[in-house]
Amino acid sequence: MAELGSIVEKVRSKNAGPFWLTIDIFCGSAQAFARVRDGVSTDRVAGLFQTEASELKRFDIPSLNVVKFSLPRPQVQGTRADRDMHGASYAALIAELEVN
Amino acid sequence: MTRILIPSGALGLGYDKTALERGIAAKPDLIAIDGGSTDSGPSYLGRGVSKYSRASTKIEWAGLIDAAQRAGCPLVIGTAGTCGADSAVDWLVGITEEILRERGATLRVAILKSGQTEIKAAALAPLHPAPEIDDALLADCTNIVALAGAEQIQAALDTGADIVIAGRTTDTAIIAALPLQRGCHPGGAWHGAKIGECGALCATNPQSGVILVDFDAEGFTVTPLADGAHATPHTVSAHMLYENSDPFILYEPGGHLDVTGAHYDALDDRRVRVTGSQWVPGRYSVKLEGARRVGYQSVLLTLLRDRRYVENAPAWCDDILTKCRAKAEARLGTDAFEIELRIIGRDATLGALENRANGAVELGVMGIVTAQTPELVDEIGKMLNPYLLHHPLTPEEEQPTFAFPFSPAEIERGEIYEFCLNHVLPLEHPMDAFRLEVREIG
Repeated sequence: MAELGSIVEKVRSKNAGPFWLTIDIFCGSAQAFARVRDGVSTDRVAGLFQTEASELKRFDIPSLNVVKFSLPRPQVQGTRADRDMHGASYAALIAELEVN
Repeated sequence: MTRILIPSGALGLGYDKTALERGIAAKPDLIAIDGGSTDSGPSYLGRGVSKYSRASTKIEWAGLIDAAQRAGCPLVIGTAGTCGADSAVDWLVGITEEILRERGATLRVAILKSGQTEIKAAALAPLHPAPEIDDALLADCTNIVALAGAEQIQAALDTGADIVIAGRTTDTAIIAALPLQRGCHPGGAWHGAKIGECGALCATNPQSGVILVDFDAEGFTVTPLADGAHATPHTVSAHMLYENSDPFILYEPGGHLDVTGAHYDALDDRRVRVTGSQWVPGRYSVKLEGARRVGYQSVLLTLLRDRRYVENAPAWCDDILTKCRAKAEARLGTDAFEIELRIIGRDATLGALENRANGAVELGVMGIVTAQTPELVDEIGKMLNPYLLHHPLTPEEEQPTFAFPFSPAEIERGEIYEFCLNHVLPLEHPMDAFRLEVREIG
């Protein structure tokens, strides 16, 4: 087992407009890509965000060694309940996942 | 071939002057720069103002006006003044007047406004996820803008303008407009515009800013111009991921771009050529953004360094919230307010999603008070203040005192806003929701 952040190049989360959050896992190699693709289920990511897997879009992109998730923002950007205007800190939740 | 020079991802972020000189020497057909986005939050659209310094904007904009004059091509800015509201367009027009007066030059300026004042809820179609809306909510918005596409920018260019100052547009429209008008490959035009919209973010050395995109009948070629900046098939194709919920599909007014079949080829160690992108025409509709006032807010900050309080901060906060809320309700005769305490150093960033515990040396407690009037916010903030300064964990102990970094501890944030539209407006004709004006300025 390893922490995902230690086996990939970078995990980035950003707003995709005020209503969506998008997370890009740059795996850096085909081997790391396979570990992330197989070790990070959509259900697990949905669980981190306390939402349903059906709310997530998932893209496994072997040509870039990238796994990408997009989901409606946990809070709409800039609402009173929102804590992170640019959504960049959500990446930490993914980077701290344990993978095989 | 149509050559577009993009100095940086946004006016106000700066650009590499040496690289810009190379761009001018390459004889571009148009210089395009983005003026904003929603990324800094709803306050800018709500107030109709820019997030960037006026002095920085003026210096950079003057530099680009000079660059376009020397290159002999038009200069286009989209989403002027961060939010693209009419007042933000007027702000940049005012800066432009000042620059041209100082230069003693007269130029033709096309001004495209995107502000919407007569929108009805029944005319809009929701995207997912869309807030509930009705006509009352729309009337409540301080600013609603429609995102212009390529057609409205083309109309502005058709006036023979030296400078186009546009309100809210899609990030890509200002780059795609001219190549599309000249018959370049439509998939390539939109795809190249998306790749170029953040300047050199699609290359190595992403903060260097300046890039050239050459559009032709089959696709486009990206050339970063700063020293040490290289575009590779990886950096270019990876840019489709950036701030995009779907890395293969991009919706624009009048259709969508599909890059599933795109090929990325390195021409050399610096330039990338892209072909195979598809434009799929659809119904003509424009996306809307709206912001409305949701109240007033003040923030307080206190710092806990005493170990016992650091360890028991959540219980301490819960107790304060209960007592302060009861006091405010009793003394102010209303329960129409919100008090929130976020523990910085524990879970202030992720809230309920935080799944790690740590042993912090100190914690910040940020109090956030929200209500409908500034007077009520002020009163509640002043009631919360003594709790954050002196509230004991147990009634028996000596009165503690915590660290206030400021006097007064309350920081007024003024009026606060929320984005309240994720909707599209179908249009019969692209100019129906937009207004174009041409002025000789100088």
